[in-house]
Amino acid sequence: MSGYFKYLFDGIKSLAIGLKITNKEFLTKPITLQYPHESVKMTPRYRGHIELIRNDETSTHQCVSCGMCEKGCPSGCISVKSKKVPGVKGKVLTAYILNFTTCSLCGQCVENCKFGAIRFSNEYNLASRRKEDYIFNLLERLHPEGVPEPKVDPELLKKEQEKKEAAAKAAAEKKAAAAKAAAEKEAAEKESAGGESKAEEKS
Amino acid sequence: MDELIRILSYFVGIAAFLGLNLAYLGWVERKGAGHIQRRNGPKEVGPYGLLQPLADGLKLMSKQLIVPDNADRILYMAAPVLCMVASVILFVAIPWGENLVPREFDFGLLMIFSVASAAGLSILMGGWASGNKYSLIAGTRAVSQSVAYEVPMLITAITIVMISGSMNLNEIVRQQAGGFWHWNFLAFNKSIFMPISFLVFFTCSMAETNRAPFDLGEAESELVAGYITEYGGMGFGLFMMAEYANLMIGCSLTTILFLGGWQCPFGIFPGPHWFLIKMYFLIWCFVWIRWTYPRTTLWGLLNLSWKYLIPFSLVNLLVTALFIKVF
Amino acid sequence: MSTLLGQSQLQETFELNIGPQHPATHGVLRLKVTMDGEYIVKAEPVLGYIHRMHEKMGENRTWNKFWPNLGRLDYLSAIAYNHGYAGLVERAAGIEVPERAEYIRVITVELNRIQSHLLWFGAFVLDLGGFTPLMYAFDEREQILDLLESVTGSRLTYCYFRFGGVYNDIDDDFITGTRAFIKRFRPQIPMYHDLVTGNVILMERLVDIGHVSSEMCRKYGATGPVLRGSGVNFDIRKNEPYSVYPEFDFDVPVYTECDSMARYMVRMKEMEQSLRIIEQALDKIPDGPYIAEKVPKMIKPVKGDYHFAVEAARGTFSMRTVSDGTNQSYRMRLRSPTYSNLSLFEEASRGMLLADALAFMGSLDLVIPEMDR
Repeated sequence: MSGYFKYLFDGIKSLAIGLKITNKEFLTKPITLQYPHESVKMTPRYRGHIELIRNDETSTHQCVSCGMCEKGCPSGCISVKSKKVPGVKGKVLTAYILNFTTCSLCGQCVENCKFGAIRFSNEYNLASRRKEDYIFNLLERLHPEGVPEPKVDPELLKKEQEKKEAAAKAAAEKKAAAAKAAAEKEAAEKESAGGESKAEEKS
Repeated sequence: MDELIRILSYFVGIAAFLGLNLAYLGWVERKGAGHIQRRNGPKEVGPYGLLQPLADGLKLMSKQLIVPDNADRILYMAAPVLCMVASVILFVAIPWGENLVPREFDFGLLMIFSVASAAGLSILMGGWASGNKYSLIAGTRAVSQSVAYEVPMLITAITIVMISGSMNLNEIVRQQAGGFWHWNFLAFNKSIFMPISFLVFFTCSMAETNRAPFDLGEAESELVAGYITEYGGMGFGLFMMAEYANLMIGCSLTTILFLGGWQCPFGIFPGPHWFLIKMYFLIWCFVWIRWTYPRTTLWGLLNLSWKYLIPFSLVNLLVTALFIKVF
Repeated sequence: MSTLLGQSQLQETFELNIGPQHPATHGVLRLKVTMDGEYIVKAEPVLGYIHRMHEKMGENRTWNKFWPNLGRLDYLSAIAYNHGYAGLVERAAGIEVPERAEYIRVITVELNRIQSHLLWFGAFVLDLGGFTPLMYAFDEREQILDLLESVTGSRLTYCYFRFGGVYNDIDDDFITGTRAFIKRFRPQIPMYHDLVTGNVILMERLVDIGHVSSEMCRKYGATGPVLRGSGVNFDIRKNEPYSVYPEFDFDVPVYTECDSMARYMVRMKEMEQSLRIIEQALDKIPDGPYIAEKVPKMIKPVKGDYHFAVEAARGTFSMRTVSDGTNQSYRMRLRSPTYSNLSLFEEASRGMLLADALAFMGSLDLVIPEMDR
């Protein structure tokens, strides 16, 4: 019988304690952050989609189009497109496509980049009804006003042209030689082609 | 002709009062829940979210009424209407002020209890007619709950009737005149157990109106949404409004029977404002309790009723009878 | 209960489908329940609605490329899963981890564990019909997420660990922030106990409900708080120490009641113990590199069979891999704790009330994507 009443009183007491706590919370100020009116400040390390870093000296990116990020990406959502422009050292980035719909923000691309060309952005306000809106061209996002033409180095251009001429000359000579020796024709052609590509890579 | 005007004015008055309350009790509940949970509640639609009920109502009304394939069409449509009608009819007997009574019955209390039973029926109807297993389980739960809690509730009400010698609600209030120590819940000269009796009645009205922690009928983590699972649009809206109407009836009845209805706590300026203050305070307690406790189970509910509430109310009935006989 | 079932005159049963979309299952789990009135005759869990072949993916990717998958198994204690994988590959490839990195790992794992238990606490009480504790728990959880975001960069699907260390170092802001959080969170736990644990309604729903004996745990391989709630003192952090856990002084809460309440209490106590570990780790953390310097770009473990187990928030998470000496795994095996924990549901829930069974399921703390993998 005493257990019966004890259970009852303990029960009522516990219920009263609960009411006291919720009453206290009712009287304190809400902690909600009213999102569209105010927004959270993102921490610097927040991982948004990746972006190209702008180099202040050259006012453009530092990407050399080596493709390490593309290779390291587990979801295969990066594709780096580049081309060779005469008079410019290395390859020139023409498009850095990030398919953000499949990106898992693991950070392998940022780690793999030896040139410090990409980082995570702080962008989190991304909303769209169309899937295509999440296929970013990071190069265009870096230069919304239009991608600047790569700076052509006149000396390098001259050197390159000379090299090209030399290579062409060599090729022509070899061709002539090859024409003479019909049996060695195939081998000679291959060599000249190899030489050409090697010259390009060296520059 | 006078009678017709009287009926008409009360009809319009009750309809307007109810409409306002049913809409804004939802707002009060959401706002209260919000602040209890360290958040704001409705805020965007109008100042302090005050136009939110309007927006909700418009949304519910503009929705298509879908009857599920398995449903019993007539019962499915009738259940919410019956639930609402039964709740609204009850307001006819509530004495808001000494002279502000839509219809003063001699058997007002009896009328309220008999009509209120229809709410349980309509829930079972809705649950059965939906053709959904969750709804059916919820319907049976709600009925067993109603039956279990009507017993202690009626016994407690009979105690009050014994004290007052009347079933006329206005008469019951009149007898509690002159300060809060004359109110029934502190009427120690009638029975020493009256405060306990008040708690029993309050708990029972909470269970009768299917409010948390006794909301077994719409236990959302077990039965999805209980008997309203298959209802959308205004069918759902009617069930919701009926729930708030029942809540108001439960609180009004507690006010009348135990807290002196329209009587002033200090014996001056009695009137409808005191009635409303007491009723809204009790409603707030309901909201407060709902957002504090977890839900009971069916066994816990029945245990509480048969092990605690019914013995207590019976003891109080006996003690009251003894007091009346002796003093 | 079984006698009650036997006496029932009407032996008519019906089938009830709970899930895959149901408020109580917290994910796409389906329960095929045969019911006799409100009693459960048989509850059969149906899995596979979110199967993503993580094990197979592990066998088709290089070791480095498997990282993002680890955050998507148990999305609530992802850092512990990171730890499991890091430990596995470090053991396989023989990579030494600097001490500072291990401390950072322990701090983040324990913060993550508290976060996971807080979410469980809220969701569990929500299962029981109380909505408010969920919001309080989320308030605290938000603080942890902010802290972890400031160091890992993500809020849920962490991909923070690397072979030989972590992605980036922690700073002083993180350390002071964590200390402030501990100071703020400590007094909250008694508040939870007052509001929830002591509540008579909750006691009624948890005490003596959902009995899981230690034999049953052994039979189904249940681990974590489910096992410790059944009176078995087993915690990988103590029994099979890894990382720098032996250096910390902490207790493993064990309750012998075997009911839902015991499992509840184990998790609540574990939060306090995790706070203790974090405090000690913050005091002891040494200076030094946060990632090993000589980690090969292309990891090729020696041919062999490797195994590593960690204590995640839900129990023992262990990984086993068979390496054939190439830069990919030959066989990757993930042992997820909730899969074993759910398998005892069918036996334990027999004869329960529907409401009790769902409360019991909540006490098992299920994360469905981790179960299905």
